Amino acid sequence: MGEWDELYRENILDHYKHPRNRGVLEHPDITYEDANPLCGDELRIDIEVKDGKIAQIRHSGHGCSISQAAASMLCERMEGRPLEEVKALTREDVLEMLGIELGPVRLKCALLALKTLKAGAYGITQWPGEEETA
Amino acid sequence: MSSPPAGTTIAPATSRKRFDPREVRGRFPLLTATRERPLVYLDSAATSQKPESVLAAMDDYYRRYNANIHRGIYAIAEEATAAYEDARARLARFVGAPPREVIFTRNSTEAINLVAYAWGRSVLKRGDAVVLTVMEHHSNLVPWHILAAERGIELRFIPMTDGGELELEALPGLLADGRVRLVGVVHISNVLGTVNPVEEIARQAHAAGALVLVDASQSVPHMPVDVKALGCDFLALTGHKMLGPTGIGALWARRELLEAMPPFLGGGEMIREVKLEGSKWNELPWKFEAGTMPIAEAVGLRAAVAFCVELGMDAIFEHDRSLATYALERLREVPDLRILGPPAEKRGGVVAFELGDIHPHDVATVLDHHGIAVRAGHHCAMPLHDRLGVPASARASFHCYSVPEDVDALVEGLHHARKVFG
Repeated sequence: MGEWDELYRENILDHYKHPRNRGVLEHPDITYEDANPLCGDELRIDIEVKDGKIAQIRHSGHGCSISQAAASMLCERMEGRPLEEVKALTREDVLEMLGIELGPVRLKCALLALKTLKAGAYGITQWPGEEETA
Repeated sequence: MSSPPAGTTIAPATSRKRFDPREVRGRFPLLTATRERPLVYLDSAATSQKPESVLAAMDDYYRRYNANIHRGIYAIAEEATAAYEDARARLARFVGAPPREVIFTRNSTEAINLVAYAWGRSVLKRGDAVVLTVMEHHSNLVPWHILAAERGIELRFIPMTDGGELELEALPGLLADGRVRLVGVVHISNVLGTVNPVEEIARQAHAAGALVLVDASQSVPHMPVDVKALGCDFLALTGHKMLGPTGIGALWARRELLEAMPPFLGGGEMIREVKLEGSKWNELPWKFEAGTMPIAEAVGLRAAVAFCVELGMDAIFEHDRSLATYALERLREVPDLRILGPPAEKRGGVVAFELGDIHPHDVATVLDHHGIAVRAGHHCAMPLHDRLGVPASARASFHCYSVPEDVDALVEGLHHARKVFG
């Protein structure tokens, strides 16, 4: 396998096949669902907030490896962090976590989780990176 | 040609030109360009590649006789007008129609919208019904959704089998109450490759007093199509899938229908006389061609038609089908692969599939890293995917320049995708 394949396996497929923070919360303070109609990716994010921090965060839904892996990585990173930090997350942060280059179509797969998270937390419903122009 | 030796079977006059796809491939600059990794292009159902002759024709127009058509009284304007109208004449002959009945549009979508707006809005009234099929491209669904919401007309659908064929047994029931004014059907499915029995559908529709619209986006580029033989009333086609440029397509319709229809877009060229209070429409086909038309694209399409005629549409269809047959055979070697759609003898050069539980976008991404271009998604046919119970699929599709080695590369790439995701 080539370098790209290895990168894909180590990073994305690890999270896709062994997702962290997968599931739903029984009494979430924040719950939000979104979809990427182009691919049929669907995602729900549940958050329990305690003292301004993300006490628990879970993701559920289905879709391609990139959308699901991005959700897993994002939840893993944000659990325990101040909710306020969600605001500062950018699309570059997500791409850095995924670690591979993506074309414009797959970019939407990658950003669905962050879009869902920001919409749930702050009602920001534009695609990350397009907020200014939208 | 010398006469064949006695005792040999003489092939009928209509048959069988053949071409060498490798030689044909050499005439497509994009496919012969040197690149880091060879390109395996398997997305011709989305858009075909363009031969040198098409590129040269468009370039020649812009470099040598670029001028607006129909009104310029000088040599290059007359040359441009002649080329544009000759493009119409050749396209018309290509589908067995008189030039006057061929309207240039941007693409098939615009051709179908023209029917929905100009014919639909002047003819359909509350309580009328339009029959479509479950396997339509969104372009032959959404214009009717808009009209249905506006006019209170009812949409009915010819269902589809699990194997991706229309259930024609349902058609008499759909037509029975006499309220159906139009039956719209895709000639070749852009997802499944199914070649639909348009002639039979047209026969039944006409017997029930309905007109017939054929979405020929995938058929005109790949098989001989004759509007009279099909027995339809409207036919929509697009240039960029038939080796021509984007931005040009056509609507064919029977003359009486076009005469009776009001214009679609208003503007220059489509009028005979304009006063401040109103205008009189131009004659056919210009009544439906408002504003400056895509002249270079028409010139490019003319070259594309010439290319198709040279290869022979029978030969192109046979070539596509033999590749589809080969692909269906080879794809069976890939474990967990499920083909959507009918057996090879009922399809054109399109093969959609699922690979285990790997998302089609993931399949396409891995293939892309091996230089293989396939389509993944719902291919603008969400109801078809809903019917088959799959959210999306991957699709390989062919044209005259495709070769068996493209299929071999696909099969190898799919084995590799399984390894990556394994």
